[in-house]
Amino acid sequence: MGGQEKRKYERGSATNYITRNKARKKLQLSLADFRRLCILKGIYPHEPKHKKKVNKGSTAARTFYLIKDIKFLLHEPVVNKFREYKVFVRKLRKACAKGEWTAADRIKENKPSYRLDHIVKERYPTFIDALRDLDDALSMAFLFSTFPRTGKCHVQTIQLCRRLTVEFMNYVIVSRSLRKVFLSIRGIYYQAEVLGQLVTWITPYVFAHNHPTDVDYRVMATFTEFYTTLLGFVNFRLYQALNLHYPPKLEGQSEDKTKSVEENYAMDSETYLEKLSALSASLSRVMVPSTEDDVEVDEFPADTENPEQKEERQKEQQELEQHQKLFEGLKFFLNREVPREPLAFVIRSFGGDVSWDQSVCIGATYSASDQTITHHIVDRPTMDKQIINRYYVQPQWVFDCVNAKIRLPVADYFPGVMLPPHLSPFVEEKEGDYIPPEKQKLLALQRGEHPEDSASEEEEEEDEEDEEQSENEEDDSEENVQLKKMEQRSQDKRLNVKVTAGMLKTENRSHAADREKNEEKRLAIMMMKKREKYLYNKIMFGKKRKVREANKLAAKRKAHDDSVKPQKKKFKKLKE
Amino acid sequence: MKTPGAAKREQPAGESAGEQLPLFSSVDPGGSDAESDLSDSEESVYSGLEESGSDSSDAEDGESESRVDGSFPAEDEDSGLEKEGDKVKALPKLRTAKKKVKKGHKKAETETTPKSGETPAGTAANEYEEDTSDEEDVRNTVGNIPMEWYQDYPHVGYDLEGRKIYKPIRNKDELDEFLDKMENPDYWRTVHDKMTGADIKLTDEQVDLVHRLQRGQFGDVNYNPYEPAVDFFTHEVMIHPVTNRPADKRSFIPSLIEKEKVSKLVHAIKMGWIKPRKPKDDTPKYYDLWAKEDPNAILGRHKMHVPAPKMKLPGHEESYNPPPEYLLSEEERMAWEQQEPEERKLNFLPQAYKCLRAVPAFPRFIHERFERCLDLYLCPRQRKMRVNVDPEDLIPKLPKPKDLQPFPTTQALVYRGHTNLVRCISVSPTGQWLVSGSDDCSVKFWEVSTARCMKTIEVEGAVKSVAWNPNPTVSLVAISVESSVVLLNPALGDKLLYSATDQQISGFQEPEEPYLQPVQWLAAEGDAFDKGVRLTVKHEKAVKHVTWHGKGDYFASVLPDNGNMQVLIHQVTKRRSQNPFRKSKGLVQCVLFHPIRPFFFVATQRYVRVYNLLKQELTKKLLTNCKWVSSMAIHPGGDNLICGSYDSKLAWFDLDLSTKPYKVLRHHRKALRGVSFHKHYPLFASGSDDGTVIVCHGMVYNDLLQNPLIVPVKVLKGHEITRDLGVLDVTFHPTQPWLFSSGADATIRLFT
Repeated sequence: MGGQEKRKYERGSATNYITRNKARKKLQLSLADFRRLCILKGIYPHEPKHKKKVNKGSTAARTFYLIKDIKFLLHEPVVNKFREYKVFVRKLRKACAKGEWTAADRIKENKPSYRLDHIVKERYPTFIDALRDLDDALSMAFLFSTFPRTGKCHVQTIQLCRRLTVEFMNYVIVSRSLRKVFLSIRGIYYQAEVLGQLVTWITPYVFAHNHPTDVDYRVMATFTEFYTTLLGFVNFRLYQALNLHYPPKLEGQSEDKTKSVEENYAMDSETYLEKLSALSASLSRVMVPSTEDDVEVDEFPADTENPEQKEERQKEQQELEQHQKLFEGLKFFLNREVPREPLAFVIRSFGGDVSWDQSVCIGATYSASDQTITHHIVDRPTMDKQIINRYYVQPQWVFDCVNAKIRLPVADYFPGVMLPPHLSPFVEEKEGDYIPPEKQKLLALQRGEHPEDSASEEEEEEDEEDEEQSENEEDDSEENVQLKKMEQRSQDKRLNVKVTAGMLKTENRSHAADREKNEEKRLAIMMMKKREKYLYNKIMFGKKRKVREANKLAAKRKAHDDSVKPQKKKFKKLKE
Repeated sequence: MKTPGAAKREQPAGESAGEQLPLFSSVDPGGSDAESDLSDSEESVYSGLEESGSDSSDAEDGESESRVDGSFPAEDEDSGLEKEGDKVKALPKLRTAKKKVKKGHKKAETETTPKSGETPAGTAANEYEEDTSDEEDVRNTVGNIPMEWYQDYPHVGYDLEGRKIYKPIRNKDELDEFLDKMENPDYWRTVHDKMTGADIKLTDEQVDLVHRLQRGQFGDVNYNPYEPAVDFFTHEVMIHPVTNRPADKRSFIPSLIEKEKVSKLVHAIKMGWIKPRKPKDDTPKYYDLWAKEDPNAILGRHKMHVPAPKMKLPGHEESYNPPPEYLLSEEERMAWEQQEPEERKLNFLPQAYKCLRAVPAFPRFIHERFERCLDLYLCPRQRKMRVNVDPEDLIPKLPKPKDLQPFPTTQALVYRGHTNLVRCISVSPTGQWLVSGSDDCSVKFWEVSTARCMKTIEVEGAVKSVAWNPNPTVSLVAISVESSVVLLNPALGDKLLYSATDQQISGFQEPEEPYLQPVQWLAAEGDAFDKGVRLTVKHEKAVKHVTWHGKGDYFASVLPDNGNMQVLIHQVTKRRSQNPFRKSKGLVQCVLFHPIRPFFFVATQRYVRVYNLLKQELTKKLLTNCKWVSSMAIHPGGDNLICGSYDSKLAWFDLDLSTKPYKVLRHHRKALRGVSFHKHYPLFASGSDDGTVIVCHGMVYNDLLQNPLIVPVKVLKGHEITRDLGVLDVTFHPTQPWLFSSGADATIRLFT
């Protein structure tokens, strides 16, 4: 019949996959090196559709890689560097064991090193691709930059991470691209919109780390190695896009100064990085940005867009601009107990001026006694001496304002006051989801439902409303009595009137239509096929569960409010 | 017998002859001291020598070797010589102590003890060899074997010549032993030699040696292990050189070669050829990596690349100060703690802090980053197509029930009167009357339109099944009570009609020769006749089900526990009964006549068999896919059959299509008890234990290519569930789209 008969596992999906061990042998790498290579090259295992076929009939748990991926790794220059490094380690060990210190020094000097530029380019062929994958890189860099300088990983890595993160933050400040901030119990989440891509990262709260023992730091270090390379190039490109110097220069260091201090000015100098990381000074540009604004104003009327869409876009644009200028003209002062970096970062990214106590960090631009300060951020129950022409607010105000995109009334955030809940800006409630009342209030504010009231009045009004409500509830007894009377009256009336059935029937009709429809649906469901019925039930179960959860939350909230209200009331009375 | 020459020759080999003398002297005194001790001493002397000579600590060896006769002096000399050789090492002298040797035996002993293997054969060379090798000349050659093997022999082995070495004659018993122990002051230093069986008394020196060895000291008394060490080279630095040689000249003059080299280097540095090594710059260099974004450079791989999913964004519950409803209550927290970490919906406990200052570090921050890393490089990625189905689309589009009218929609009448569950109902072919049989041992006749009970007939047992004769000209109702089928004339409606039926029954002529029948036909008389009973067909077992043929002459009864006679077909006019089946094929549940053709349906637990009564053969076996069929009904067209089952399924068979159900409906929640087809309208109904009756539109088309259309149109509720039973029987009105249902709540309901 022609053709050689092929054996069982020599065609089809079995030839597309390779097990990890075989891949390792093919590449002649140790497991650790293979792991590093996979991390650097972004190779991940694949799950074959027919695992048993690929596994040649065995059902043992194995990790499979695509054979094409592995073949692709074969040509990687870094693999050779890995091998060289292995040789280097062997030589060094030998020299040390023999006590040939000069030889050891010489070998150390010739330590093989490799660069990952080409891998970055290869993995992210376009800049946008790189931006899309920036989340993990930033989170990791922020984490590593908080590590202690001893142990765990190289000091250079930590310094590099710190430098890159500071650079990125400075970029965000300059480009005003921060969108959302969230104080979670894990850390602080930031979301920025960089060239149209949403980049989200998390930074831990600044505390000493309790280093866990069951974490392989080598893996993390390998990731960081790649991420720092990526971040460096991304930063370069971003700075270039904004006509900024890279490595960044502070504006204060004008030409004359930089010229003279050129030698001293290097990225390694600690004080410089510190100054940069203070985030207080703006960066110097390569060219004076005079024309930039004009460019922004320019608009290209797109033909395909209808006017409604256009309007919408314009509106959005306007909103965005307003959001970016949220804190413009405000002067903040951070008290010493307030976490400086996140607040300085957030305030500066929305156009505010910020300063802090000289002893906290360098880069303070004005002192606490400055009369022009508008907001003093305090995180302690009381302040001893308060200056009259500024607001004393808790740090949450800043973050809530950013998320709400408007300047919220400050009254809720005075020092020592019970703070309103801090909501996640990342939750976008769909229809049927539970929306906490605070969020509803906020949405109303955003819609501008109390535009004529000033912030404080609003607050008062709300309070009053609350009070009224609570009074209503409190004065239940009185009202109840009244209501009862009313009811009695109506009942008396009813006794007098003979026939009042007309209304009921109409209601019934509408009800009946509904009922009929429901019944129809139920009957149709009866006729569903078994498989479809299963799917349908599953979907409906999921929906019901969602509703149930929402209801549960609502009920919980109600119970909480009921329990809290009397206390509030009491508190208010005491105040009065 | 050593030759003196040999002795002489040996002497120089030994160190000095001087030491021989004391030995001799010591022997002499030994001999002179005590007669009894003489032999001992002699023996001990040479045996000690032997011992030292052989270098083996085995006393046995020496002794056995010594046990050959020979001359004393020669022996002494010999031993003396050897001893001298060994004296340097100050090796011990073991003395074989011969104790308690009787005087008579002494001689013999002495004769036996003396040595010498070599003396008889003794060549000088041989002797010399033995000497140099420090070996004893006479020895037991048995080797290292348990000496017990020689217990029963007079000898203990063989010497080198192959002659027997005899045991010493000894007759020491326990008493002797004891006495010896008590009296002999040297008992403690006496040792028994197994090789020769002789006792050896150790000398002082030997005892000393033993003590020293025990203490771990050197055997030689004179050996000093702590001799002062002599330093050949002192560690102290001397001021004067060891040699007196003056220093070289070159040690004062700078090396020319080196100078040359240095000057070369200096020159190279001056010329700028050699530069100091640049410090390595570790800081990475960044540039515009994406300066040339070539879309063609994108590898094919990237099209297959699945980007890693982003981390889930945090919700309100993760806030440091969440709304209070997101905090876990005490029970929820407990539940959370008891769950496995993988099962938890949230992988953290929501917590509220009063102010930002109070927020602590998150202890699992590094863990979570690490887990993310692991996910990135270890997790297989797959593009998952999420099924985004609108559940409304899944619901089949059926014709609206409104368009399928008429069908019963509302409960119109309730027929009350029974006191126990109503098992069965049947409607008269005119549609005017309804008969019901109940567990309260009564049969009631109702007027359909008024719900009035026209007649009640008491019977002697629970009524299992009723069936109104479908022939409108015959007014008969078959009732199964206990083990009999009773044919009643209800005497309702047209008098002409029911009297004609009575006449027909009474006009029955007994056949000439009575045939053998499985049942007994009895005509009713007297009281029973007045009640309306006309005929009673007595069966052997309880009758469960009874059904009429369409013509109204034949009826079939089912007796489930009656061996191979489960189904019987009776003919009323001839009062004949027959068993159509020779063998039973399972537990028969119900039977049915085909409305038009001579087919007979028998439903067993899982199958429905269709028999052709004319040809008397099985035509079809329908597989119901049910566990236990409860009821069965046939479409008036005769091509479609429905089966209700106790596992809450209703199977619709299209007999032309297949033996498997065309459709299985699972719309009841509990067991189906009764199913029914309407005679004219395309309706069928099923009653179930869940108390509902479901009416379905079941349209059968004349076009064979079009499958029947089945649409449920109404769920009728009304019966209450009593004792876990709901609706027990359903039946349609013969002309109207009305439905009767009887239930366990002792009522019959009419739905119109």
